Amino acid sequence: MNVPPDLLYTEEHEWARVEGDRARVGITDHAQSELGDIVYVELPEVGARVAKGQAFGVVESVKSVSDLYAPVSGEVVAVNGALGEAPETVNRDPYGDGWMIEIRMTDPKETESLLRAPEYRRLVE
Amino acid sequence: MNGEGQAPGAVGLVGLAEPSIYARSRPGRRGVRPPAGFAPEVDVADALLGVRLREVPPGLPETSEPEVVRHFTRLSQLNYAVDTGFYPLGSCTMKHNPRIGEELAQLAGFARLHPAVPEEAAQGALELMWRLEEALCEISGMARATLQPAAGAQGELCGMLIVRAYHASRGEGRRKVIVPDSAHGTNPATAAMAGFEVVEVPSDARGGVDVGALSRALDGDTAALMLTNPNTLGLFDENIAEIARLTHEAGALLYYDGANANAILGVSRPGDMGFDIVHFNLHKTFSTPHGMGGPGAGPVAVRDFLAPFLPVPVVERRREGSRETFRFDWDRPQSIGRLRSHYGNFGVLVRAYAYIRALGAEGLRRVSEDAVLNANYLMRLVARDFDLPYDRLCKHEFVVSAKGLRERTGVRALDVAKRLLDFGYHPPTVYFPLIVEEAMMVEPTETETKETLDDFARALHAIAEEAAREPDRLREAPTRTPVRRLDEAGAARRPVVRYPAG
Repeated sequence: MNVPPDLLYTEEHEWARVEGDRARVGITDHAQSELGDIVYVELPEVGARVAKGQAFGVVESVKSVSDLYAPVSGEVVAVNGALGEAPETVNRDPYGDGWMIEIRMTDPKETESLLRAPEYRRLVE
Repeated sequence: MNGEGQAPGAVGLVGLAEPSIYARSRPGRRGVRPPAGFAPEVDVADALLGVRLREVPPGLPETSEPEVVRHFTRLSQLNYAVDTGFYPLGSCTMKHNPRIGEELAQLAGFARLHPAVPEEAAQGALELMWRLEEALCEISGMARATLQPAAGAQGELCGMLIVRAYHASRGEGRRKVIVPDSAHGTNPATAAMAGFEVVEVPSDARGGVDVGALSRALDGDTAALMLTNPNTLGLFDENIAEIARLTHEAGALLYYDGANANAILGVSRPGDMGFDIVHFNLHKTFSTPHGMGGPGAGPVAVRDFLAPFLPVPVVERRREGSRETFRFDWDRPQSIGRLRSHYGNFGVLVRAYAYIRALGAEGLRRVSEDAVLNANYLMRLVARDFDLPYDRLCKHEFVVSAKGLRERTGVRALDVAKRLLDFGYHPPTVYFPLIVEEAMMVEPTETETKETLDDFARALHAIAEEAAREPDRLREAPTRTPVRRLDEAGAARRPVVRYPAG
């Protein structure tokens, strides 16, 4: 299971890559593997407000439909529009091209409560 | 049916697409022109005085009557049905509907009976309902039943409302309903809809309920355990007696999801297994038409102590000497109320009753024996090319996995299902149950011949070989159907329900 050491994680299997006050968000390799083939990703629009722990979108696979939870609070400043046409990118490259949204954080301290890679690895193994 | 040397398959879905009726439209073309003097001619604006009229006429197609007839007849011929081909959809029991049932349901005394006629004028219909209830109770080992629910899901809701009413009558507000991780999706959905909190328990290594996990999950707040037996893996839960004991010890009720009852007729009874509430899907087990979402019937049978909670009305029999009369009983103060207008989908009840009486006790047992035999035979054939997650005798259906195929070739269960369309078959249920990776769930039913099963297995074998040889071809399937691979998620999430008139 691929759990990059430089990312932060939620118990709901989202990852966050924090740079300054920005956090890029997606779902983990474990999540995409459990979901199976992803056929649809519904994301908010740029400018939307998201709150830590609240649903910001939906991911649908051949097996199920799941909510996506925001790891941090803030404003959505970028959305990966390519997933609309190619949702399977999330399966192929969950930490790279399969990213979902970028959040400008209102409270960067919120990242302190996120899981570090070893903690997340323990959760899924 | 194919002879030796030919590609295996049926003719099911293979064919040409039918263009939209708009494509046949020509300005001024009409279907029917009423004869002169048929009705007085008036201006629409005068006839609809005060109604605001649209400025441009609606973009309706203009076609002749024969073109309309041909268009819709062709569309109807694109349907895939158990009447046109093998339909191995797991957990759905798509078996042949004997024509005797159609014949009897069309008897004028049933088909033309108005639901509001007085009881005295509907004695035959009431007697049929009473006798069907009696038969379903005997088959399930229960005391009383309601025939009202219009489908399995409504039957489940009926069952869960009875669970709630039962606990409430004892002054208990139990909030939890337990379902195994192999459950039909309707189980947790129904429990949640009835106001319960859903707790999931895992399956054990043999595919049954993990009894240890169950006993830890059961407590004084547990209202019921919902179970399908055999379960969605097609496996009979060998620990059912222990499961029932634990559930009842906790003061909870045991609910039987009857979706898989085709495996147990005349062999084992939910009542004997320890269940308290049972729903049947008449359109599955008792072979009435599925009818594209309705009408179905999901009768619910219960033990005697739960009978007071059944929906109203129930049919009661009165005997005076040798004379029997039947009436509706509305006076049931503990009833959960009425679930459906009138008395359920009566035409379905007639067909199910005809099915049960035509087969009798011996015949019903034979139904299940043959269903189980067919499933085990086909399972062994299919297991040559696909993995068996639980390698043991199955009941009326089985689950194989395309996990190995995917690892070897990159071809997924979805691709296999799509390719089956090219072979003229309705695909099996895929990606369910959720606990099996790349699951394919097959239910052949008792009404298929050995030749049909052999042909289907040959088609699956041909697809598995193709996957090794030319995997890309499978990822592009289907290629021979009226439409190619569709964006199913997009169709559900962004449906286009309006013809974009040019």
